[in-house]
Amino acid sequence: MHPEWESVIGLEVHIQLNTVSKLFSGAKTAYGAEPNTQACAIDLGLPGVLPVLNEAAIEMAVKFGLAVEATIAKRSVFARKNYFYPDLPKGYQISQYELPIVYKGILSFPLEDGLIKEVGITRAHLEEDAGKSLHEDFHGFSGIDLNRAGIPLIEVVSEPEISSSKEAVSYLKTLHALIRYLEISDGNMQEGSFRVDANVSVRKKGDKLGTRTEIKNVNSFKFVEKAIDYEIVRQIDVLESGGTIKQETRLYDPAKNETRSMRTKEEANDYRYFPDPDLLPVILNDEFIDKIKATLPELPPAKAKRFMTDYSLSAYDAKVLTMTRELADYFESTIKQSGGSDPKLVANWVTGELLGALNRAGLDITESPIDPIRLGGLIKRIQDNTISGKIGKTVFEALWETSHTADEVIEKQGLKQITDSGAIEGIVDEVLKANPDQVAAFKSGKDKLFGFFVGQVMKVSGGKANPDQVNALLKKRLS
Amino acid sequence: MSIEKKTLARLAELSRLDTESSDTIEGDLARILQLVDQIQAANTHDIEPLSHPLDVVQPLRKDIVTEENQRDLMLDLAPQAEAGLYLVPPVIENGE
Amino acid sequence: MSILKKSLAELSKALLEKSVSSVELTNQSLEAINNLDKTLNCFISLTPEIALTAAKEADKRRSKGEHSPLLGIPIAHKDIFCTKGVKTSCGSRMLDNFIAPYNATVVTRLNAAGTVMVGKTNMDEFAMGSSNEHSYYGPVKNPWDLSCVPGGSSGGSAAAVAAGFVTAATATDTGGSIRQPAALCGITGIKPTYGLVSRYGMIAFASSLDQAGILARTAEDCALMLQAIAGHDIQDSTSVKTDIPDYKLALKDSIKGLKIGLPKEFFEVELDTEIRAAMDKAIQTFKDLGAILKPVQLPNTHLSIPAYYVIAPAECSSNLARFDGVRYGYRCDKPKNLKDLYTRSRSIGFGKEVKRRILIGTYVLSSGYFDAYYIQAQKIRRLISDDYQTAFKEVDVVLSPTSPMTAFRFGEKSSDPISMYLCDIYTCGVNLAGLPGLSLPAGFVDTKPVGIQLIGNYFKEAQLLNIAHQFQQATDWHKQYPNL
Repeated sequence: MHPEWESVIGLEVHIQLNTVSKLFSGAKTAYGAEPNTQACAIDLGLPGVLPVLNEAAIEMAVKFGLAVEATIAKRSVFARKNYFYPDLPKGYQISQYELPIVYKGILSFPLEDGLIKEVGITRAHLEEDAGKSLHEDFHGFSGIDLNRAGIPLIEVVSEPEISSSKEAVSYLKTLHALIRYLEISDGNMQEGSFRVDANVSVRKKGDKLGTRTEIKNVNSFKFVEKAIDYEIVRQIDVLESGGTIKQETRLYDPAKNETRSMRTKEEANDYRYFPDPDLLPVILNDEFIDKIKATLPELPPAKAKRFMTDYSLSAYDAKVLTMTRELADYFESTIKQSGGSDPKLVANWVTGELLGALNRAGLDITESPIDPIRLGGLIKRIQDNTISGKIGKTVFEALWETSHTADEVIEKQGLKQITDSGAIEGIVDEVLKANPDQVAAFKSGKDKLFGFFVGQVMKVSGGKANPDQVNALLKKRLS
Repeated sequence: MSIEKKTLARLAELSRLDTESSDTIEGDLARILQLVDQIQAANTHDIEPLSHPLDVVQPLRKDIVTEENQRDLMLDLAPQAEAGLYLVPPVIENGE
Repeated sequence: MSILKKSLAELSKALLEKSVSSVELTNQSLEAINNLDKTLNCFISLTPEIALTAAKEADKRRSKGEHSPLLGIPIAHKDIFCTKGVKTSCGSRMLDNFIAPYNATVVTRLNAAGTVMVGKTNMDEFAMGSSNEHSYYGPVKNPWDLSCVPGGSSGGSAAAVAAGFVTAATATDTGGSIRQPAALCGITGIKPTYGLVSRYGMIAFASSLDQAGILARTAEDCALMLQAIAGHDIQDSTSVKTDIPDYKLALKDSIKGLKIGLPKEFFEVELDTEIRAAMDKAIQTFKDLGAILKPVQLPNTHLSIPAYYVIAPAECSSNLARFDGVRYGYRCDKPKNLKDLYTRSRSIGFGKEVKRRILIGTYVLSSGYFDAYYIQAQKIRRLISDDYQTAFKEVDVVLSPTSPMTAFRFGEKSSDPISMYLCDIYTCGVNLAGLPGLSLPAGFVDTKPVGIQLIGNYFKEAQLLNIAHQFQQATDWHKQYPNL
């Protein structure tokens, strides 16, 4: 495409923490409430109110910092970012500037070829979210809802070390899974819990950094990829035709698949950051940090490694099964329920039949109609040869549609595998007798007909004959 | 020490104040700046800034909901509100 | 003499002895205000119904056996404290239509102690001023000389106490706004240590300097009021967890051997000879009481006003950004667009002095100036604080005049901001350091009161109140009333 150009991308992600109350007030944080029913005096910036810091937000920020191997600041300071906007009640946002709570971390994520890339996390700081302006027309006015004002955010800033839109998406997906793993955010992009700004610049290989633009508020991974791709091409076009890149903020329009310049002010805003005098420095000691370290769950990289060792899974399967904490927990629960003797079989069923069915139905693992108990029960019956794997699929469908257990379904539908050698012999002999021409043809070299015989035996037995025994017996008879 | 018109205009913009209708503001600000400029003479090499007089740390609040819906009470204070929302002249998406 | 021209302690005793009821006292207060406040303009709002309800309640509580010292005492609140259901204007057009939906902690605590709020007092707009001439509601007149200012920004509270409308009032002090009006009105005022009293519900001017305090007739009265409001508040992150002593009990100690420091820099400046004479007389009184006076040095005194006028405006420029015509307060008529809404609402809603300070504050925080101004001022703040700590190694308290001048005439300083700022020379350093300061009456020049200031180390309010109390046992300046 443009081989002599390279792109430099940095990502800033605003993540809503799922605390029960706001960062500096005791108002609710639940999504979807009626406008302004969750905005108290402090959130509204009434005269005389003062902020008080939420302990859980600090804990979550520290948790995040530990999970990305960052430095936890023993002393961090909240600063005011001053500007005017109707969704900003105090006329300033309480954020962190020079002394953020977390800095110098690393996020590792997989590239398309399977290799792992590490990108630095410059900083992750705490700040309060702003309200929302609704653009429906109230006879010429805009409506402001301040429910969201004051909800805690961590802003995660990456080093500009990402080189493509695909890398950006992988970084984001990994970050997204991580915050859900840590249970510090639901990461719901549609509800605004995970908001991505991308800083994009291009340069000819070997040149110094180009001017960057900021693409704001892209709310899906797919759009992030498209927006970045568009912007890279746009910037290259501009530069190749002799123009210069203006440092500005742009919005992505998914309908037209383009980025557009936001109406910029005549001058850049001067936020006049200074330490918030209503708040004191946040001092964290080792004891506090260690206590949080002890609550860290097993994170995806470690878990995947363990799955490979303990369950003899392939790297790919381990990665799929540790993508989300819920899936990993489901998988391990199912192993337990199935008796634990064949984790690989469980892996196949979860990644194959189950995820396939969930994808088709548009459901998440947490919405699975089959729980680990019932799935485990099914797999148990395959392991102990009560049914064959193929029949298992029939049972699976029944489990999906009903609330019966595998045993109930097998009983009701009479699906038990036929393993009695006498019975199988009888069916095999019957089939061979009924198809003398094919027997002759096979014996004269048409090896492919073996499958035909297997199929016929299965048909007669209603699919219930044990496949291994069938194979062995046919081989014997036809030799 | 005087204050440039350009600077004054920028300050007015940043603080959303109209300064053009005052004919004394430039002079007033210049003289106040002259007063505060005296701090430049102080030798503060090696001195740490003092933000809070006392050496205290930020207390933490438990993460519980303590505020219930008080929309009616609060919206009552608003100069213009409708359908539970504060109304302002149209917000055009131009960032901050 | 009206029963109201008594100290709070005396009224408390009268209530206890049932020689008067709270309802009677409250009615007297309201009547006096009705008769004379037209002249003085101490009050922005009066709350007679609330007052009488509270007075009746107090009388009821008393009849059931409760006898706390503040129960049933009529007081006034500076209009900077949010009072639920009652207009809270902060002296500004910007909040002329603002009915606070909640109570400030100071108000809640005084309500719980049984005080009776008769009204909200006038003040310099957003607490910015030293004369109460910068109020949307007009100036307050000094009861001692109606052609003169009462001081500011708590001019209304000070004049109301001086006039005898109430025996005590709440007030706030950022650079001297309790102590200076106390001095100019001949009453006692205390600004506690930063963090002793909650700032929740106290409309913010300069967050790291503002403190709530008391204006009253005597140190003893201040002690009784301070007792009710001092102490940690979880709603104010900057409020300090510290044991609150019994301030009244502390008022019994002799000050023999007490070391009082006289900062040489404070006396080097051009001090009015008559004020110096009053100071000398006060020093002699302290000596007679057994105190030892020593010179001390506060070498960075000359930087206190410049540093203060960087930090206070900086913080106020940010604190006042919330006043934008969107959720409460003044909104301009027919805003053309968002920018017009903000600019016109703020330009019309705020007065001149407030706008000046916002602009200066914006300047010193802006990119390119932040280090040279804001950070430099914070460094000087440390120097000033260190100066006091050095002094406190040699002495127990520091003594100074409260104000370099007695009450000045209206208009004398109002058109020259600098000359107004220089009123803070003895007081603003105390706020920068966060120390407690107390002003008490110590004489007159012509008919105008002179105040002296005691500055203590952190959380030494009990000591300051005691020293002032001993002084007041030996003098009677605090018993003088203007002829109204």
